[in-house]
Amino acid sequence: MSTVPFTRPLTGTRRLRDRIGDRLLLILTLLASLAAIALMVAIVYKVFKGAHLSFSEFGLGFITGTTWDATNNVFGAGTFLYGTAVTCAIALLVGGPFAIAIALFLSELAPRGVRGVVGTLVEMLAAIPSVVLGLWGILVMGPFIAHHVEPWLNSAFGWIPLFGEPSTGSDVFIAGLILAIMIVPIVASICRELFLGVPRDLEDGALALGATRWEMVRGVVLSSSRPGIAAALILGLGRALGEAIAVTQVIGSATAINVSLFEPGDTLASRIAAQFQGAASAMQTSALFYLAAILLVIGLITNLLALVVVRRFEIKRTGAA
Amino acid sequence: MAAVETAVLRADGRTRRRRRINRAAEVLANVAAYAAVGVLAIVVISVAQRGLGEISWGFLTKDLPLFGESGGGIAPLIVGSAILVAIAAAIALPLGVLTAVFLTEFASRRIAAPIQLTLDLMSGLPSIILGVFVFGLLVNGHHQSGVAGGFALSIVMLPLIARSTQEVLRLVPEAQREGAFALGASRWRVVWGIIVPSALGGIVTGTVLAVARAAGETAPLLFTTAIYVNTVTWDPREALPNMPVQIFIWSESADPEDHKRAWATALVLLAFVLVTSVLARAALIRSRKKLGQ
Repeated sequence: MSTVPFTRPLTGTRRLRDRIGDRLLLILTLLASLAAIALMVAIVYKVFKGAHLSFSEFGLGFITGTTWDATNNVFGAGTFLYGTAVTCAIALLVGGPFAIAIALFLSELAPRGVRGVVGTLVEMLAAIPSVVLGLWGILVMGPFIAHHVEPWLNSAFGWIPLFGEPSTGSDVFIAGLILAIMIVPIVASICRELFLGVPRDLEDGALALGATRWEMVRGVVLSSSRPGIAAALILGLGRALGEAIAVTQVIGSATAINVSLFEPGDTLASRIAAQFQGAASAMQTSALFYLAAILLVIGLITNLLALVVVRRFEIKRTGAA
Repeated sequence: MAAVETAVLRADGRTRRRRRINRAAEVLANVAAYAAVGVLAIVVISVAQRGLGEISWGFLTKDLPLFGESGGGIAPLIVGSAILVAIAAAIALPLGVLTAVFLTEFASRRIAAPIQLTLDLMSGLPSIILGVFVFGLLVNGHHQSGVAGGFALSIVMLPLIARSTQEVLRLVPEAQREGAFALGASRWRVVWGIIVPSALGGIVTGTVLAVARAAGETAPLLFTTAIYVNTVTWDPREALPNMPVQIFIWSESADPEDHKRAWATALVLLAFVLVTSVLARAALIRSRKKLGQ
């Protein structure tokens, strides 16, 4: 507009109104954006501030301490970090391959009509509220796994300490499986987009050279989208890390590390969800804030990592095109 | 010659193995996809089967049962959830849309980057953190309230609304902007008169999707509006009864009556969430197609 010097405003008032309007819109939208940033800063600040009391008491030793004793006010995050790591590992090990296979089905195998329907249904899986999935987890899936899957795993792999005596329906293993169900739709939908983005020429080239469909998938589709798959898995991990409700419902709560997956446990998020309301002392509340701070840091790092991979990957792809 | 050709065409051991592996991979991919659909079906059917028998007019309109009481209903939960989500949308919708407008219409790449990053990180925050944060901000030292719960839910919705709005704003053809500018329209007129209206469908469906997501969130409400009365509450300054938290409480109970109530409430919640997200998705795909052309 200012680059067209000979344009004159029709009337002075209109020009003034437009100037005010433009300025107002800019300020309003800028304020909204700044509010988003301020909100994020406030979240980090509040969580860390809440953790201050227990941080000054336990220091960094809190992270590895495995005691959680509300009567003597001694707290540590070790048990819950272990629980978080184990449940997330199960979720990724079970859910990851599943999600990639689903994405391959949706991008390479499924006939056009099936593609849309199955794709939508898989995404609907992500829409199930976690509390509903958790309810199903304790009352339906948990007992089923405990009565049918765990005894089998125990008899087949019982010599590995991980697969101990079957539980009664709430344990770390079941929590991991619930998390697997939660991350599958996320990982699958990202991977599908990745796989659909693989240049058709490369796929056709591989097939023309006589590769079977699987060889083409392995050599072209999977290998060219490896960083993207990593990012998808990391984003899934981020989701699994932070899930509090469904995990609290099925994991059974424990304050000590159990080697067997078929024993109760606790994750960072589930411990916060279970105890925050009924914390007996200011120190316990603060210790729970400390858990939240650890979870926040891990969550932020995980998401940053995924973003970095995604960004790099996109640059590489547009650079190659 | 012919003999050689048939010899080549017959699959030898290696080719047969390759084919077999290929077949196995295809079968596995099929199984995985149908297993995921199967899990969805099992969850939905489980909830429907167990919940449907409990749902009656009385169940939907009565107050919550007091401890140990039989019967009762979930009217306070439905009203409370609706108010909470409305509060959340009232906060997140303007903030999200304005942020998206700033990012697509005003911000240079360098200014946009940190805001975009913030939104991306916010959408990845564990929702239990939001509960802890809002507890520290609004509840600690005061008391639980619908406002606090709604605010916590708005943080879930904000990045979702901002992202979906950004996506549809980007779909508005550049020619429309340029045409309007060429006619001498000022920026705010172009934004409010042309860009936002043509993106309105997408913004609304994006918001509906965010509402469906927020309606099922439990963790942000667990410390902000979880201790409430058993009657219908309209005042957002009080803690509001709501479906997700009550399902959670009932699911942890040992009483089988409570489990029945949990299933029935879960059915109401699930039906709302699934129906709204299916409808919004369908609308979104349609409006994208319309804008894309």
